Amino acid sequence: MKRVVITGAGTINALGHNVPDTLEAMREGVCGIGPLSFRDVERLQIQIGGQVRGFDAEGRYNRQQISLYDRFTLFTLAAAREAIEQSGLTFSGELSAKAGVVLGTAGGGVSTWDDNYRAVYEEGKNRVHPFVVPKLMNNAAASHVSMEWNLKGPSFTVSTACASSNHAMAQAFAMVRSGMAPAMITGGSESMLCFGGVKAWEGLRVMSRDACRPFSANRNGMVQGEGAGIFVFEEMEHARRRGAEILCEVIGFAMTSDASDIVMPSKAGAARAIAGALEDGRINREEVGYINAHGTGTAANDKTECAAVADTFGPQADKLMISSTKSMHGHLIGGTGAVELLACIMALRDGVIAPTIGYEEPDPECALDVVPNTAREAKVNVALSNAFAFGGMNAVLALRKV
Amino acid sequence: MDIKDQVIAIIAEQAMLEPQDVTPQSTPEDLGIDSMGLVESIFAIEEAFDISIPFNANDPGASDFDISSVATIIAGIERLKAEQG
Repeated sequence: MKRVVITGAGTINALGHNVPDTLEAMREGVCGIGPLSFRDVERLQIQIGGQVRGFDAEGRYNRQQISLYDRFTLFTLAAAREAIEQSGLTFSGELSAKAGVVLGTAGGGVSTWDDNYRAVYEEGKNRVHPFVVPKLMNNAAASHVSMEWNLKGPSFTVSTACASSNHAMAQAFAMVRSGMAPAMITGGSESMLCFGGVKAWEGLRVMSRDACRPFSANRNGMVQGEGAGIFVFEEMEHARRRGAEILCEVIGFAMTSDASDIVMPSKAGAARAIAGALEDGRINREEVGYINAHGTGTAANDKTECAAVADTFGPQADKLMISSTKSMHGHLIGGTGAVELLACIMALRDGVIAPTIGYEEPDPECALDVVPNTAREAKVNVALSNAFAFGGMNAVLALRKV
Repeated sequence: MDIKDQVIAIIAEQAMLEPQDVTPQSTPEDLGIDSMGLVESIFAIEEAFDISIPFNANDPGASDFDISSVATIIAGIERLKAEQG
């Protein structure tokens, strides 16, 4: 078994267009959630979200590329560039042949579907642009990353709703750990903030109209976000030989299925995923200092997740910190685990724990240290990142300070 | 069909019961309707009566639309229809 480290990180989300800006915003407890701005937003009941603002696609890509890239691909490519440049890797020869890209997304090119349905149904057009299919397909972003950086190894897209990125990164980790690939590009992206994307979520009646307040007794639902988080997972000796900067080590993961309900989370399924990641990484419970929670701000998730953590950790649950950064960047659905991994890296590398902002009232059913409202300095050796998806599919990753 | 019969028909369909098994005193729990079933019933009622019901599944009790029994749901719809004019 090989050891696996992260040697590059990139992002774009409502808090920042790169990793340093995003981490600075997380340290400061900035809220990236605000009024949504897109066509027909006035017909929505839910009008807030963590939208990426000021993203200049024209400045980054040419006209031909823009006609081929959905917004979720644009975000992916921007984040991948930052991550791969930081890693210093160039993909040629054997490295190129073996390295691949595994990404998560729940919806893929949602705004491409939306725009083109509008054209044919609402506007009555009978012809659509020739690139509609290659633009909207869920693997479009992973394909463009493979083409841009010459990645010729195993590449695919994972789609498990809100756990997509964690499943993707767990898969990439397993591939590097097994020796199958010396490096993998991984993470995920999502861009559902368009009329149809938000309208669909609105139907479930679990969205908040005013704010995402995870773990707070007065929480009233989730808030959507958008963006991407991309990482370079590399075999440790490969990284050391070339003197790469190591952000942290990836040490374990687990995936479980609740096999119970299509939307209601299960404490047992979540707890088995957390315990499984500890076992996979041979981690003592006392070593875990921080958990980046799934923490959606819904009534159902937050109490189930806290109960799962309490069950898994026993008395140690009261000593660790658990925060939900969705309060700041919103729920990026299939991309959320990737952006949230940044908070784990910040905890391990910088000793700064991102807060749960918007926290107003303690909830006895969420009686853990949720790092309310203000970031905290703390030395953390091991961090976990939770993702518990609709459909009952769970994936938890474990990282260690290097 | 008046509002009461229509609501009972919608709720009975959701609960997979005969309308005569649904009474004004029935609660969603009595009828075996869980939170997602409730969301679906609210949707069907909105569609049937062309109204918009303030309902958040995170905190069903917080809204002033009382969903504790079939009778309170009917009363809430009557109020919303009256407000609509």
